Amino acid sequence: MSHESIESVGASRGSYKSYIAGFILAIVLTIISFGLVMSGSLPHWGVVAGIFTAAIAQMLVHLHYFLHLDTSSAAYWNLMALIYTALIIGIFVGGSIWIMYSLYHRMM
Amino acid sequence: MTTNASTMEFKQAGEVESPDTVANHAFGFWIYLMSDLVLFSTIFATYAVLSHNYAGGPTGKDLFDLKYTFVETMFLLFSSATCGMAMLAMRDGKKGMVMGWLVVTFVLGLGFISMEINEFYHMIRQGAGPDRSAFLSAFFTLVGTHGAHVSFGLLWMAVMMVQVMVKGLTTPAQSRLFRLSMFWHFLDIVWIGVFTVVYLMGVM
Amino acid sequence: MFGRLSLSVIPFNDPIVMGAVGGATLIGLAILFLITYYRKWPYLWKEWLTSVDHKKIGVMYIILALIMLLRGFSDAIMMRSQQALAAGGAQGYLPPDHFNQVFSAHGTIMIIFMAMPFLVGLMNIVVPQQIGARDVAFPFLNSVSLWLTIAGALLVMTSLAVGEFSKAGWSGYAPLTELQYSPGSGVDYWMWAFQIAGIGSLLSAINFLVTIIKMRAPGMTFMRMPIFVWAILFTLVLMIFAFPVLTAALAMLTLDRYLGMHFFTNALGGNMMMYVNLFWMWGHPEVYIVVLPAFGVYSEVVATFSGKRLFAYKSLVYATAAIMVLSFTVWVHHFFTMGAGPKVNAVFGVATMMIAIPTGVKVFNWLFTMYRGRVRFTSPMYWTLGFIVTFVIGGMTGVLLASPPADYVLHNSLFLIAHFHNMLIPGALFGYLAGYAYWFPKVFGFRLNEEWGKRSFWCWIIGFYLAFMPLYVLGVMGMPRRMQHYAETAWQPWLIIAAGGTAVIMLGIFFQGIQLLVSIRDRNANRDLSGDPWNGRTLEWSTSSPPAVYNFARIPVVHDIDAFADMKEKGAAYQRPDRYQDILMPQNTPIGFIIGVLTFLCGFALVWYIWWLAILTAVAIIVLVIARAADDDTEYTIPAAEVERIENERYRRLASVAPQEEIEEQLTPEPLPQV
Repeated sequence: MSHESIESVGASRGSYKSYIAGFILAIVLTIISFGLVMSGSLPHWGVVAGIFTAAIAQMLVHLHYFLHLDTSSAAYWNLMALIYTALIIGIFVGGSIWIMYSLYHRMM
Repeated sequence: MTTNASTMEFKQAGEVESPDTVANHAFGFWIYLMSDLVLFSTIFATYAVLSHNYAGGPTGKDLFDLKYTFVETMFLLFSSATCGMAMLAMRDGKKGMVMGWLVVTFVLGLGFISMEINEFYHMIRQGAGPDRSAFLSAFFTLVGTHGAHVSFGLLWMAVMMVQVMVKGLTTPAQSRLFRLSMFWHFLDIVWIGVFTVVYLMGVM
Repeated sequence: MFGRLSLSVIPFNDPIVMGAVGGATLIGLAILFLITYYRKWPYLWKEWLTSVDHKKIGVMYIILALIMLLRGFSDAIMMRSQQALAAGGAQGYLPPDHFNQVFSAHGTIMIIFMAMPFLVGLMNIVVPQQIGARDVAFPFLNSVSLWLTIAGALLVMTSLAVGEFSKAGWSGYAPLTELQYSPGSGVDYWMWAFQIAGIGSLLSAINFLVTIIKMRAPGMTFMRMPIFVWAILFTLVLMIFAFPVLTAALAMLTLDRYLGMHFFTNALGGNMMMYVNLFWMWGHPEVYIVVLPAFGVYSEVVATFSGKRLFAYKSLVYATAAIMVLSFTVWVHHFFTMGAGPKVNAVFGVATMMIAIPTGVKVFNWLFTMYRGRVRFTSPMYWTLGFIVTFVIGGMTGVLLASPPADYVLHNSLFLIAHFHNMLIPGALFGYLAGYAYWFPKVFGFRLNEEWGKRSFWCWIIGFYLAFMPLYVLGVMGMPRRMQHYAETAWQPWLIIAAGGTAVIMLGIFFQGIQLLVSIRDRNANRDLSGDPWNGRTLEWSTSSPPAVYNFARIPVVHDIDAFADMKEKGAAYQRPDRYQDILMPQNTPIGFIIGVLTFLCGFALVWYIWWLAILTAVAIIVLVIARAADDDTEYTIPAAEVERIENERYRRLASVAPQEEIEEQLTPEPLPQV
């Protein structure tokens, strides 16, 4: 039988402490986001900056605490794939918004 | 240069020659998740472009209830945590605990989906369906695609619960559970994007 | 019960279509009859339809590609002949309705159902062998990908007889593809065929990416991989990131058409231009997906037939990597004229021009590989040399078009058509045909007839120049694309020449058919007994032709680039291992085939609004996937004794022919270059 092991893929990485820490961090960041919008305490651009920062932070929390993504060699290809994906998403989403707004301003 | 050709060319007898299928499956699934991220980002980009095309119809401010969305978010976030608990139990080989945590995760996920279906139903009832405007088309598609993924995840979870019940925590079952948990966590990550870009931005 | 399907959707009143349908039906029936007569159904089912063997799957992909090449080419013949006739007041023989379907089908078929299957087929046959692996990472998924692609192709073929095809071009721009302007079944056929094939391609890409990253033979670091594998690796990355965009774009169009949504409609806030943006976000990487594997083939062919290591391997890798990265940043050049501001156009124009540079680097690398090599002018080498000369022309017109002001004049003219065919035919197709000739002996155990191969090449290249150089002229003269008839009679002579070129290409295709028949007839004389008919440099040539199902009895250890050449140089090729081991292989399964059938039915049902059938087949597919997941017994063991028997047979055949003699016998001796 080939050597199949769950260990090699990191299912055993992580512990109760790390899941709970991640969970609490995620809840806090969610509350911050909703709170910023629902309270209206900051000016518009401040709220936008705040919720996007909180969103990115929470995504990183999930990636690290729940998906065990780190800079170890076991996670190397996963990390590389994710970084490249993020780059492509940036080009696609950012590029699309830029192009379509340029069209909008020129043609509407 | 003399080399021992027979040892040079072939692996030593006894060395493993079969691929590590568990690792390959996990990595392949991760790559699929990357492609899914690109799929979602395309829908996000479209939503961004169409997000103000109300066509004289209702806007996000008119339709979204942030308290409701917060509860939905908690359902999904809690289910992510309980999924993690299931994985830890799996690592420890505790079949009963795995089943228990999976059931809780399933119920929480079902709660999320129920709330979402309810929201959609009410919006459609009041004439704010996906055919009302481009903004609403994009809304229903982005949120709906996420919901469809969650629903598939629930189906998968149910299948896995049956598999674990019948066959126990075999290596293939554990491998699949691991992939399911990756899927589930990813859906929560996408949801962060959804509630930020759609709901929070939508009411401002 | 049957949705909007009825007998009246069969185009009985269109003689051309009915002729085509009749002909295709007759050929299909003849094939079915022959299989039955020779009692080959069990063989076909067991050995091919249910196969999860990457080599067989690859062959089936290429058979699909060649059949669809014929179909797509017949569309080309129709377009060229129509345009040669319909000058001044003449209307030609193809009504506009029909002509529009022809050009839409031509593009869709050639890109999605000819080029993609061809490159995926070559990838399937070659990559596992080149990296020293026994199979791909996910053999069952491989089978599913194949049958999904075939399901998509079948939908396109069905549209000929039942209903119509899209008239909105292969790119399907909104709002023409919206329900308001295209209510018939045509766009739906196009949409579902494209979508289904796209999913098949994405699954293949994931499969092969994992295979290449995780299943290389020990010692084969990335920088020791064959260049073809690198080219495929970069192609896979392009596929994984581009196809989801297409999936989403087509899904949104589907939602517009089926659920009345407003993504790309005129009314209620839709943004038609967003479709164009999304389509080309996929579409540009797609053309690199189509061409990079061909570049990989050329690299292999040039190195083998120059008898030398490829020049500057590392720079080739980096150049191809640069092409991959840049190809995600240029998509706006497909719609410079859509109305974005000068900043947008300028940025994308510059990026487009930049992408020509790494390709230029590659051309020089190939030329330097040949320089001072002992070049053997085999048919794969002919295709390669024809490519190098002709592709450069197309590349230069590409740089011309990359300038937005120039593109404003030339966009959607025949200049554009000439440019991209200049890229696709000598670039991609010649590469696939070179790969076909190069790897044919490995797959089937005998070589293709060289004379007919070379004759075919000459027809293709001369035909290509005749068919497409006039189009450059016509583009500059102002002729737009996709014209069913035109008033300007000055264009007609050029179009007649172009039609002549098409006829010459047709002769080339015909010669390829003859080549195949002659080669099969002469197969015993042209047997590849050693597995290495070309004195190859990479690992696939170390196996028998055809290889055993497991490819390698013992996984080789790699020490250098051109692993097999390295082994031969050190006298370590063909070493018999001291003993054999049991080999674990995946079992065949009908589920991939059945999923393909169900997908075809589901697509057909969706096109015709037969909702109960669509739901039923979709549920059935899900049930099958779950059933497959419940099956933990999907492999079988080949006992060591059986492996030994197969290998002993292999060595017996090897011993009967000393490789060096065989090469000298079978290749046309060329005089050595004067030094």
